[in-house]
Amino acid sequence: MRTKSAVKLSLVLVAIIILGYVALFGLQIGLYEIVPLGNEVRQGLDLRGGLYVVYEAQTEPGDPEADRQIDGAMRVMRNRLDGANQHEATIARQGERRIVVEIPGVDDPAELADILAEPAVLEFIGPEGDVIITGRDVSVAEPGFGDAQRAVVNFELHPEGAQKFADATTRYVGQAIRIVLDGVTISEPQVRDAILGGRGFIDGMENMEAATRLANLIESGALPVNLTQLETRTIGATLGANALEMGLLSGIVGIAIVLVFMLLFYRLPGLVANIGLIVYLLITMVIIVASQVTLTLPGIGGLILSVGMAVDANVIIFERIREELRLGKTIRVSVDTGFSKALSAILDGNVTTLIAAIVLYYYGTGPIQGFAITLIIGIGASMFTALIFTKFVMKNLINLNIYSNRLYGV
Amino acid sequence: MKIDFAGKYKLWILISAVFILAGVLLIPIRGLNLGVDFAGGSFMYINVGQPYDVEELRDLVADKGIIATVAYAGVNNEDAVLRIRHMEGLDEKLDELKAAIQEKYGLEPGQFSVDTVGPVIGRELTMNAIWALIIASGLILVYIWFRFEFRSAVVAVLALVHDVMIMVATVSLLNIQINSPFVAVMLTIVGYSINDTIVVFDRIRENNKRFGRKMSKAEIVNKSTAETLTRSINTALTTLIVVVALYVFGVEAVREFAMPLMVGIIGGAYSSIFIAAPLWAVWDERSKKPRAETAA
Repeated sequence: MRTKSAVKLSLVLVAIIILGYVALFGLQIGLYEIVPLGNEVRQGLDLRGGLYVVYEAQTEPGDPEADRQIDGAMRVMRNRLDGANQHEATIARQGERRIVVEIPGVDDPAELADILAEPAVLEFIGPEGDVIITGRDVSVAEPGFGDAQRAVVNFELHPEGAQKFADATTRYVGQAIRIVLDGVTISEPQVRDAILGGRGFIDGMENMEAATRLANLIESGALPVNLTQLETRTIGATLGANALEMGLLSGIVGIAIVLVFMLLFYRLPGLVANIGLIVYLLITMVIIVASQVTLTLPGIGGLILSVGMAVDANVIIFERIREELRLGKTIRVSVDTGFSKALSAILDGNVTTLIAAIVLYYYGTGPIQGFAITLIIGIGASMFTALIFTKFVMKNLINLNIYSNRLYGV
Repeated sequence: MKIDFAGKYKLWILISAVFILAGVLLIPIRGLNLGVDFAGGSFMYINVGQPYDVEELRDLVADKGIIATVAYAGVNNEDAVLRIRHMEGLDEKLDELKAAIQEKYGLEPGQFSVDTVGPVIGRELTMNAIWALIIASGLILVYIWFRFEFRSAVVAVLALVHDVMIMVATVSLLNIQINSPFVAVMLTIVGYSINDTIVVFDRIRENNKRFGRKMSKAEIVNKSTAETLTRSINTALTTLIVVVALYVFGVEAVREFAMPLMVGIIGGAYSSIFIAAPLWAVWDERSKKPRAETAA
């Protein structure tokens, strides 16, 4: 039994070392490559920098059209983001009337937030105040250069719009047509000849950038509903990277001190708990990566806090084992009773903490949810390591016949 | 070491009550230091990355007609924190301010973080926080009632209310700015502290089964608390170690929640040992007294 236990323990130890190494540095076997876990973690905006905006749609309560309008608005926003080359951005519905947009790593976040909320209702208005065509009639809009190398937006119309435009320009030769965006006249060209081909351009652009912006707005279409910005958060990329670095540093220092404390106070079981803690960290990281959870700054806080809680389960067990040892029981019996007596306390304690974490997830938004998620994962992983991993190692250690109360800190 | 945990319950409650009252009574006088998440407005964090004069920055802010408090931040005072009151046309003014600061100190856009929160969000956040606390406490009460008994459940939830009050009192007394992470911290402490209380109650449940006939409830509480004391201290200590590390090395946003977390951990450990368990014994003995008198 002694050799068998020694073999089992060595195998587990070797497995942990290999897994830990792969998790930290990755592995490449032939064509297959395992990337280090750290590279695979999805980082929240507060760590990588970016823009987080909450918009509220100005719909009437109980309006049956509201759902369709908000979905439409989200599609338009997606078009605009794609037009601005922000393919990584996410757009999500929150509650009844809200839309949350998250865009990682942007240079000018405020500008982008404004573009997204712009109604972009484009109208061509005749001299008699009649609407000739709108943004809906436009099929293609792109920036280009007009006379004297000035920036313009070239557009093409759908056949129906082209017909309306041809009729109007025939009628208004020599007169001015106003091009109005969201109530502001952006250009007022004179009609020199009837425009029959369904093509034209809008001049009066400040520069090429403004032309590109307008072209994107026209092509993406108008928002079916007005949006207001309730909440905007922009995180500078430098600041995000700094937060991540400091978070990792505090995690490493905190965990290192806990490892030393456990070893000094609980001796051999402390060593077992420390190995358990490393297993716990591995499990938590694997779950976070596998379930694509976004790691936020409060999330790192939750993770570090759950380290403290993971240690707690071990502390409860070891205190029990010590008590049993003091009563003069053998180590084998003490470990068995220690685990079975500690079980109810660990279970009840973790279930109640889980209740709080789930409520937090349900009521929280954004980064707070990230915190709740890492806490939930942490609680699950810590129960597993304390009740299954630590128990397995302790039992096999006893089989090695290491009988000395001093090793158990008694 | 023998401490009369159950007998001196009035003293333990008095200590907490003084602290909580001092903090809570200060709220109507000074008010809580609400951050932009609750109060609305803007928060700007700038990594200046070089020694600078905060007065110059204040002048820049005043030039743009922005009402804000400006303070040094970061390890070597090379960062700046601006807390900006909400006003009409703030967005444009902030853009101008950002441009001016970028030019003056030669900064990149990546060195700025700006949060702008409308007043609606703050109200919702407060309501959500209150609901979350009530629902979490209710569910925990039901669970403990189911696993232990009604009296333990009520006392445990009272201890939770105590912990939340301690944290509110602390941010009030120290004038710590609170934002949405504070809500997360309160719920975390609720979850953490109940864990503490349950370990003590678990031992009371066990000792009550074995010695319930021979010993008084106060004796059982004293015995159980003493037996779990090392564990209570060690757990609070290991958790405190990691949170202190968070506070010492963390950035501003992390420190904001690490501080109340530290207080909550200490308060939670205190309430499990000195509030929850003694109250359980007192309640039990009180409920028996009238019967004892009529018998005599």
